Amino acid sequence: MKTVHDVVHDVAAAPGRKALRLGPLAWTFRPRIVLVPLAGAALLVLVAALNIGKGSAHLEVLDVLRTLLGGGDRRENGIIFDLRLPRTLAGVLVGAAFGLAGAVFQTIARNPLASPDILGITWGAGVGAVALIVAGGTRGQVSGVVAELGVPLAALGAGLVAGLLLYALSWRRGIDGHRMVLIGIGLSAIGYNAVYWLLTVGDVDDATRATTWLVGNLAGVGWESIGPVAIALAVLVPATLVCAHTMGGLQFGDDTARGLGIRVDAARGTLLLLAAGLAAVATAAAGPITFVALASPQIALRLARTPRPPLVGSMVLGALLTVGADLALRTFAPDLPVGVLTSVLGAPYLIYLFVRSRKGVRA
Amino acid sequence: MTEVRLRAEGVRLGYGDRVVVDDLDLDVVDGSITVIIGPNGCGKSTLLRALGRLLAPRSGAVLLDGKRIDRLPTKEVATVVGLLPQAPSAPEGLTVADLVSRGRQPHQRWYRQWSAGDEEAVSRALSLTGMDVHAERVVDELSGGQRQRAWISMTLAQDTSLLLLDEPITYLDLAHQVDVLDLVHRLHTERGTTVVMVLHDLNLAARYADTLVAMREGRIVAQGPPSEVLSEQLLSDVFDLDAKVLPDPVAGTPLVVPVSAHLSPDRG
Repeated sequence: MKTVHDVVHDVAAAPGRKALRLGPLAWTFRPRIVLVPLAGAALLVLVAALNIGKGSAHLEVLDVLRTLLGGGDRRENGIIFDLRLPRTLAGVLVGAAFGLAGAVFQTIARNPLASPDILGITWGAGVGAVALIVAGGTRGQVSGVVAELGVPLAALGAGLVAGLLLYALSWRRGIDGHRMVLIGIGLSAIGYNAVYWLLTVGDVDDATRATTWLVGNLAGVGWESIGPVAIALAVLVPATLVCAHTMGGLQFGDDTARGLGIRVDAARGTLLLLAAGLAAVATAAAGPITFVALASPQIALRLARTPRPPLVGSMVLGALLTVGADLALRTFAPDLPVGVLTSVLGAPYLIYLFVRSRKGVRA
Repeated sequence: MTEVRLRAEGVRLGYGDRVVVDDLDLDVVDGSITVIIGPNGCGKSTLLRALGRLLAPRSGAVLLDGKRIDRLPTKEVATVVGLLPQAPSAPEGLTVADLVSRGRQPHQRWYRQWSAGDEEAVSRALSLTGMDVHAERVVDELSGGQRQRAWISMTLAQDTSLLLLDEPITYLDLAHQVDVLDLVHRLHTERGTTVVMVLHDLNLAARYADTLVAMREGRIVAQGPPSEVLSEQLLSDVFDLDAKVLPDPVAGTPLVVPVSAHLSPDRG
């Protein structure tokens, strides 16, 4: 070992980390953290174009891309912008929101099982949305502004309440990931049952409307649902990315994180609410599409080889998984909503995680 | 000149209904190494957690450079006091370089996460512990001694003038124990770092401490230079230990040699 003074005069670049610096700005540069989202985005554009091209009037990928860039004729513009774009755009936005929410939850719970669908946020949001649909149904129709803004707002509010409940119930002088997952599973069960109880109370038409929404469906999404999601994401995504710089420290135990100058409860509480908001907004728009929030952060983590789920990578993979699942289903089983495929994929993955987590593996 | 960096004033500490430390006063002098000793459950770690602002006192106060530590911003405290908890855990797959880089957290903002200063501090911390050669390895694949040195590097990268270490050598073999304590001693002599640590090994405590603080049942029984504190009477009072205290043939500090029951002459 060298003496302190030798070392001071003999400082080499810290190994394994390249820097990206511009004036007062400075970040770590890891090639894979940039490459994974770039490659994912390129693939996403292709899958999205295929998805948009699909339908009674088939459009080629290149034609779709040309039209999106503003070079389409009147017919192409009509088909794409009026009819088909909302569905795919919703898939992109919702998938990105679920991916980011999952990455945040998994990091602060230090557990790969922690995702909004497991933790009760998604079903909490579901309770809000279904309650409004059913209540509106019994007291006159939910329509117009109430339907467009009321349902997303109800889902957002209920999702945040679920997030607060989750945080309050799992807090015992700090957060333990396993306790958080167990409490979340309990909250999920309550939310799930509340939704089905609401369906039996509501009249048949409302129940039918609510059920299509409940499996996670992109088919019915129009421009009117895109607006609220886009606005919510424009606020929540940057806020999450800015707050996320404490996440590296939060991955350690609470004492270590505090020793690093992180106000642990405030930082974790803020991140948890932001992630709950993201998941709730996404659920409000397209229903509880499961598996995306659970899997995309873990896939991104393995591709980028980072110690915790990369945020932008998780968003891109979430979008890719959602639009990809939608495209796959429309190709092979046109009548099924996208939530069915993600559930089918999610169940075995969840069992795999449970088996692994018994061995003490963490996110 | 003896300037007090950290001061506990009549602190009462506890968890839930249990009071662990009551009405305790302690001064930590600038540039000194203070070692807290005492039997299991005497409140050593609890006191250290309070000094590091991890635990708020029920009454009394902890002062950092004369200011109440609980009224200073968390981030500001973390640029002055570095602390290493007992048995910290790292997430799976984290490399040593990543771990040590996290020590820069209190110096960073979301838009300034890896400055030239950060890079320099991390390199320096890695070289000081000799962990620079292992920088690319994953923390959970390291041996116990290497892992502990990695964690100490993280605390060093924080670049603080005060270090609080909770049992930093507990899981290490004797050679690594001496390595780590030598490192602490070098930081103290070459950089003037003020150190407070909890140790179980009385002989190493006596060798490296400027001030030895002996605790029992939440109170300080004795404090001062090891040669004055570590007496046969104190070992009996604090640890209920029957032992001889001899001069350490290497360092000249007190050396504790326990008297075992099966060897005592009056056994029959």
